[in-house]
Amino acid sequence: MTMRRVLLRLLNAITLFALLLFLWQCIIWVFHLAPYVLPTPWAIARVVVQRFPALWSSLLTSAIAAGGGLLASIVVGVAIAMLFAQSRWLREMLLPYTILLQTVPIVAIAPLLLMWIGPGLFAVTLVAFIICLAPIIANTTQGLIGVDRNMVDLFTMHNATRAQILWKLRLPHALPALFTGIRIASGISVIGAITGDLFAGSATVGQGGLGYSITYALAQVQTDYLFALVFAATMLGFFFFFAVVFLEWCFLHHWHESVQTGDR
Amino acid sequence: MTIPLNDATQRPHVVLDRITKSYGGGSPILDDIGLTVRRGEFVSLVGPSGCGKSTLLKLIAGLTPLDSGAISVDGMTPANARETVSFIFQDATLLPWRTVSQNVGLALELERAPQEIRQQKVDALLKLVGLEHAAKSYPRQLSGGMKMRVSIARALSTRPSLLLLDEPFGALDEISRDRLNEELLRLKAEQGWTAIFVTHSVAEAVFLSSRVLVLAPHPGRIAKEIEIDLPYPRTAETRSLDAYEDLVALTGRTLRGVHGL
Repeated sequence: MTMRRVLLRLLNAITLFALLLFLWQCIIWVFHLAPYVLPTPWAIARVVVQRFPALWSSLLTSAIAAGGGLLASIVVGVAIAMLFAQSRWLREMLLPYTILLQTVPIVAIAPLLLMWIGPGLFAVTLVAFIICLAPIIANTTQGLIGVDRNMVDLFTMHNATRAQILWKLRLPHALPALFTGIRIASGISVIGAITGDLFAGSATVGQGGLGYSITYALAQVQTDYLFALVFAATMLGFFFFFAVVFLEWCFLHHWHESVQTGDR
Repeated sequence: MTIPLNDATQRPHVVLDRITKSYGGGSPILDDIGLTVRRGEFVSLVGPSGCGKSTLLKLIAGLTPLDSGAISVDGMTPANARETVSFIFQDATLLPWRTVSQNVGLALELERAPQEIRQQKVDALLKLVGLEHAAKSYPRQLSGGMKMRVSIARALSTRPSLLLLDEPFGALDEISRDRLNEELLRLKAEQGWTAIFVTHSVAEAVFLSSRVLVLAPHPGRIAKEIEIDLPYPRTAETRSLDAYEDLVALTGRTLRGVHGL
């Protein structure tokens, strides 16, 4: 892509953003909305600057919970998927439970965790971990067992051990599927961290995450701060998503079709 | 080096004794097949789809169990003989995350050959199949013919005495297919392995083989055996011989007879 086109695209994006902000402002003018119903973009920008330390600390807490939960779910999820890939019998027996993991409402689990282990970062991380686990297990298992029959036969012909088939064939083959799982999980890990924070977050000043701050801002009718928090949560999700996409590119671009960049 | 094709003193390489095979208790795919392949022979199996050609190859490789009968490879069971056998599949079965040279080295790696020996062998094999320049490429960057060369190099890396080939050139254009046929015969002349080759192409079967077996379907059985007495080495010129054309015509007629046309 040429420099000119990059600049043009950037200009387009900025123009669209400015237009949206202007529309927002217009809505407030036309309908005479009070600041506690819909604050102006300017008021939100101001509150971000004014309360930056508190906002940053909430953001960081939620990032740690979401990131920690996501990492743990990758480690545990891949291990479980590897186990599932070893036997059809095991898979058929245990797969319904992973579906259960996906369908159980996290809002119902969070209070339980609160009761069992008390509020705090650990409980919130655990909520994020639970919510991330299902897509990691499901996608990785599919990738591990979806290996072409001939490939397995090829390994068998050369007297490969089960371990060799797993490490040299199934795992690399599952990598694209694993990254699809991580991409899905990266988005919901932030949701998990914030939902978890609503119930099980630490209420100690300066230790709560975005979820706790959102409850607080709502109670105090600080709508402008509430918007700033929602904005921060969105940014966090964005950041996670693009970090995963970048990692995926690093790992897969030289061989996998899905991430080839314009060289054909 | 030429291989003595009719040396009766040699122990047969592969023996199939009255084998039958069906999947899941259904009607048999292969019924009462008997076949003896001599050492150094190039035997092709042709036949309509559903005649069990590929299944036969998998049985000899020990990749699927027999219902009844017996198979011996070098006097051993197929599973025990695996170290001396290589299988070449219809698709090149390359690992897309490995470079060409890593793919060629896979079989040696699985058999835990030391790194430096592996590298030496891989370099020699790449030269043998004319792919030195593509050693660092990934499979997605290769043409179908090149992928198949990689697959052949990998199969030869473990110095097999028996090669099982399941329609390896079926997906290639005619020019690549002809050229790879010639190269396969050159490699065979150098290394002297025995080959059992499954194909849909009558011309390919006649060009390569010392013997062509025509299989009939439902259930799969050997309908006819045709000796191909064209002298080796065979080259591109072999295809313009009258004797070659006659054998292609004869084999084609036999195959159509089996089809019931």
